[in-house]
Amino acid sequence: MMLLSAARRTRRLSPSLLAGGTLTTLIVAAAIVSFVWTPYDATLIVVENRLLPPSLAHWFGTDHFGRDIFSMVLQGARTSIAVALVAVGVGLLIGVPLGLLAAAQRGLFDEIVMRTNDLVFAFPALLLAILITAVAGPGAVNAILAIGIFNIPVFSRLARGSALSLWTRDFVLAARVAGKGAIRISHEHILPNIASVLIVQGTIQFALGILAEAALSYVGLGTQPPDPSWGRMLAESQTFVALAPWLALAPGAAIVLTVLGLNLLGDGLRDLLDPKTRIER
Amino acid sequence: MPLLAVHELSVSIGGTAILKSVSLSIAPGEILGIVGESGSGKSMTLLSVMRLLPRAARAMGAIRLDGDDLSEKSERDMCAIRGRRIGMVFQEPMTALNPVHTIGRQVAEMYVLHKGASTREALRAAADHLAKVGLTPDRVPIDRYPHQLSGGQRQRVVIAMATALSPELVLADEPTTALDATTQVGILELLKGLGRRDGAGLIFVTHDLAVVAGLADRIAIMKDGEIVEEGPAPAIFRTMQHPYSKALRAAATLAPRHRAPKNNDAVPIAEAKDVGVTYASSWAIFGSRQPTRVLDGIFLKVAPGEIVGIVGESGSGKSTLARALLGLAPMTQGSVSIAGESLAAAQGKKLRAIRQHIQVVFQDPYGSLDPRLRVEALVAEPLHLLDRTLSRAERRTRVETMLERVGLAPADADKFPHEFSGGQRQRIAIARALILEPKIIVLDEAVSALDVSIRAQIIDLLRDLSDRLGLAYLFITHDLAVVRALADRVLVMHNGKIVEEGTVADVFADPKHPHTKELIDASPGLEAVLAARERAGAAR
Repeated sequence: MMLLSAARRTRRLSPSLLAGGTLTTLIVAAAIVSFVWTPYDATLIVVENRLLPPSLAHWFGTDHFGRDIFSMVLQGARTSIAVALVAVGVGLLIGVPLGLLAAAQRGLFDEIVMRTNDLVFAFPALLLAILITAVAGPGAVNAILAIGIFNIPVFSRLARGSALSLWTRDFVLAARVAGKGAIRISHEHILPNIASVLIVQGTIQFALGILAEAALSYVGLGTQPPDPSWGRMLAESQTFVALAPWLALAPGAAIVLTVLGLNLLGDGLRDLLDPKTRIER
Repeated sequence: MPLLAVHELSVSIGGTAILKSVSLSIAPGEILGIVGESGSGKSMTLLSVMRLLPRAARAMGAIRLDGDDLSEKSERDMCAIRGRRIGMVFQEPMTALNPVHTIGRQVAEMYVLHKGASTREALRAAADHLAKVGLTPDRVPIDRYPHQLSGGQRQRVVIAMATALSPELVLADEPTTALDATTQVGILELLKGLGRRDGAGLIFVTHDLAVVAGLADRIAIMKDGEIVEEGPAPAIFRTMQHPYSKALRAAATLAPRHRAPKNNDAVPIAEAKDVGVTYASSWAIFGSRQPTRVLDGIFLKVAPGEIVGIVGESGSGKSTLARALLGLAPMTQGSVSIAGESLAAAQGKKLRAIRQHIQVVFQDPYGSLDPRLRVEALVAEPLHLLDRTLSRAERRTRVETMLERVGLAPADADKFPHEFSGGQRQRIAIARALILEPKIIVLDEAVSALDVSIRAQIIDLLRDLSDRLGLAYLFITHDLAVVRALADRVLVMHNGKIVEEGTVADVFADPKHPHTKELIDASPGLEAVLAARERAGAAR
């Protein structure tokens, strides 16, 4: 709704929005297609087909177990998107209400939330994720949790900062005169007004989530075999990179294109939703 | 030869004409006032002369400074002209100055840049020049930073920068709009003196007719990118032909209001007893907690149907008092009661019932309406205070009635705020304040951000509503003309205290407190300014 009306206002789509939107749609489409169709079973091991170079039968070649790389990349998209999506969701669902509440209450609660955020921020994100998966055991669910926890302070800080500036606005004061409480004002006035910032940050965190999942899987703490994952495909291709470079190329390109697409999409959305590009006033 | 001659200047941005064939000229030592409402193109005219138009703008026509066509100059040549031959003074002195450099350094920069002076020479010249604009080193040392100065002093620094190299032409864009009335007087005198002394031409852009009436040699009135009328001041005020100039003039002279005094024995609709507000700095681990006293021992009564004006300069505590009455500012002493009920003691249902009696309209019609909500939701917001939930149809009917009452169409309920002009938005804000049929509305600078012609309309609307509905207003403003036009009684605030109160007629005719006198002297009406000029002209 908001996006559509914003697009109608500016009457044109920026190149980065178009490119980012197309790339992201392609990747998401690939992930969805993988549920119903992949050229081969991505987990099917055919030893005699191992390390085949790209051909018409195997578009991206096969790995050292003879599995079809194209099928694995398609299914890997599923894992990557699922992990990143849930991680962003965790960040949004917990971080945004925390930030809104901190901005509304101020005082001690605000201080506690923000200092806890600082604490989480003080650890490098990936190190934290490795710590969590090392303690709780490797696996997709724990990876989601680890990446999601790191997203909470990102969103709560952003929500708090944007909300604070809105709390000084007269329309919020008018709502207080109308007897509305902090939570109601946060929900009815603050949230709709910071939604565009959150959407933009969401796409960026989504890209970071995909990178983080790949990194965790690369070190063996993310998605576990036999489920394919771009990060683990990269890790496994290392030994054969001189022998079969396509092994590394396919998942590597998939990661790069997805992150690039999402970043472009984020940039495009920011331009589209930026109040300065609106004709208001 | 005129100092500056603008010939048939037209500017368009993205196909929209901003300036339409504007021609004007100014002689050395002359002061030209350009008057117009927001969007009339007055600032664009100045930016065209400086060649500082937005990138997307296309300009046509000739701009000659002493015979040189500026529109043919390269950007490099313009850099040498800006500051050296043309100086510019902006509206908001805080943003026009760099906060991390001392004022001395910022003025000295002009000498270093354009004259190649050494830092030491430049600083000495800057100190001399700052003294000329009234910032003598013994009172305001040149190593001060902008935030350490008052608004008026900051504007003096900006003027010093604009005039440091004795430019032939000074452009001033609303230079006193952001300042208090008492500060404005000094700045106007300073600008006037500079032109007379150095023989520089001054173009003074403003929305305030009274300001140019006292200052300018010639006045040009702009509307929708065109100069609709131009002539020597003050004679132009007698010969005005164009309907727009006449409307502007009529709007600038608000008629005082006389009505029978209200019965002050009735239970006051709003009452403040010994109210004090002290701000401690918020909860912080680090940093000082030095409290600031914003309001001090305020006693105030508003009778039903009475209009009470509160005047004072920025920082005098007017808005904090309004917030205390609305229950939005935590009071550190005293009590507030609305319709005889104490605000502090009430909670929940009781508090909501009290709040139905008092509503508010804020200054900025752009900031006081949530841009993401439709007008229906905005106007209906206070209905939240009712005990029962209204049906959709009932809600809609009430919103439509209110919109009609403030002069808008019922169908406007489906629009978003950005589809309305500033004056219409303020009507929406008034409709929101009216929907619960309160007994008193707090108007916090409610007409200050509006153009003069719209301001007059809103004041008429407020008068009418008060007469018809028996509404009381607490009208907070820095604009004495508005108080005179609307209020029955006036309170003068200074440094968080009420220093004078009385009926409007009494206070304006015979101010007792020196601060009140200062305020009244600083903001004469247009008629008073014109009369003074005619007298001065006759004496000469």
